[in-house]
Amino acid sequence: MKFIELKNVNKTYSTGVTALADLSVEIEKGEFVFVIGHTASGKSTFIKMLYREEKPTKGSVIVGGVNVAKLRNGRVYKLRRKIGVVFQDFKLLPKLTVYENVAFALECLGLKASEIRPKVLKAIEIVGLKEKLRSFPHQLSGGEQQRVCIARAIVNEPKLLICDEPTGNLDPETSKEIMKVIDNINKDLKTTVIMATHDKEIVNRMKKRVLLIEHGILTGDYLKGSYKSHETI
Amino acid sequence: MKPFRIIGRSIRDAFKSVFRNFSLSMASILCATITLLVVAISLIIAGNVENATVSLENELSIIVYLDKDATEEDANFLKSAIEKIDSVESVTYKSKEEWKLEMSEYDPSFGTIFENYDKNPLLDSFTVTVTDVKKLDKITDEIREMDKIDSANYGEDAVDTIVSVFDVVEKVTIVVVIALIFVTAFLITNTIKLTIYSRKNEIEIMRLVGASNIAIKMPFVFEGFIIGILGSLIPIIITIYGYIISYEKLNGHIIAEFIQLITPYNFVFYIALIILILGAVIGMFGSLRAVRKYLKI
Repeated sequence: MKFIELKNVNKTYSTGVTALADLSVEIEKGEFVFVIGHTASGKSTFIKMLYREEKPTKGSVIVGGVNVAKLRNGRVYKLRRKIGVVFQDFKLLPKLTVYENVAFALECLGLKASEIRPKVLKAIEIVGLKEKLRSFPHQLSGGEQQRVCIARAIVNEPKLLICDEPTGNLDPETSKEIMKVIDNINKDLKTTVIMATHDKEIVNRMKKRVLLIEHGILTGDYLKGSYKSHETI
Repeated sequence: MKPFRIIGRSIRDAFKSVFRNFSLSMASILCATITLLVVAISLIIAGNVENATVSLENELSIIVYLDKDATEEDANFLKSAIEKIDSVESVTYKSKEEWKLEMSEYDPSFGTIFENYDKNPLLDSFTVTVTDVKKLDKITDEIREMDKIDSANYGEDAVDTIVSVFDVVEKVTIVVVIALIFVTAFLITNTIKLTIYSRKNEIEIMRLVGASNIAIKMPFVFEGFIIGILGSLIPIIITIYGYIISYEKLNGHIIAEFIQLITPYNFVFYIALIILILGAVIGMFGSLRAVRKYLKI
């Protein structure tokens, strides 16, 4: 079985808007996949379904052998522990330091303090923020805040890293650095990465698999793809 | 061990959060304080009314006067007849001579009055106590029908009025207490909602990193608990000192001598305990309800 498998997925919101229509796709373990498309194309819905922020109206979404569509509310947290999520707006806790923000993720899971410390330090080292352990989010630049967010996402060593427009708020130079961090996580830790983005330059440069979603329909699936592969966007 | 660590962290976080968001916590605490205070006062009223009703009922007895020409034999016969009536507890006989003596001792002027009579003008009497006050009516009627009975009374009108007034007061206070408990729960829930709203990011992140719902709820439940306890402190102090002082100022009775207040010791501690438990429970459930809104997945 593939690591991620979506079969005939449909999603219609209660407002009557159809976000996804009959979408099927498979993703292997260790892959790096971009999801591109216009705003409101359905790519956010696609991403949210992977960590069960949304449920499909029809079809099945299987992540790591678990059918997310049938997952009970009370068990969602078990899925979330296997997945790291990075957002455009970071979602850091302003009153906690870099170290505490990353450690927070493990504290919620009830780990021992002695287990938490080495894991947190390792994750912060991977994203290259060792010198800023005691800083608060407002003392950091946008790129640095995004690194903290990535460190928090990977601290529990997830099998899947989901990034929802992680470079959306960053300048091109910082974006490049962030992409390097994410690429390294994909290569070194063998973490599967799925990333929704608008950033043409990144997609063109990285030469990874690209899924194109338009009006809720998967209209393109390109290995080593780029924005040049098609002219519609 | 893991659940204990989560509980430990929850308690620590709850304390941190109460003091970190002090103004919001203060709003919740004050709201709990005010409503619990009113609950405490209502409970005191309800308790006293109940107590007064019961003690009044226990003091009720039927006074039976025998006919002027009743002999001692008649008295003995009647005594055993009354004792045979259902629900009669005791029958105490007091002869007219005893009455005369007692009254003269109570006030010597009675003695002068009695001297004007050839014969003792008073009547022999029975004091009848009953086990069930609701049957006072029936028993009194039964006694009246007997021979050689002048009259039998238990102060029907006054007693009935007082008992029915107390009954209404008691029912009203119970309704008020229940309503207030709901109001307290509602207000605390709402103020805690505000606190939680300001922390919805935190809840969102906890959910994303895979904290179980219980682990997310627990700090908020403890927080509600702490707020409830802190909110009940002032009402408890006021209840204890307020009641003891009022009891002493009023000499233990209110309106009339026979409406006795409950003695403060133990009673105030029961009320304090009820208020403490109410505060804690309402705080916990209030915040549980409030946090649930943000846990829908």
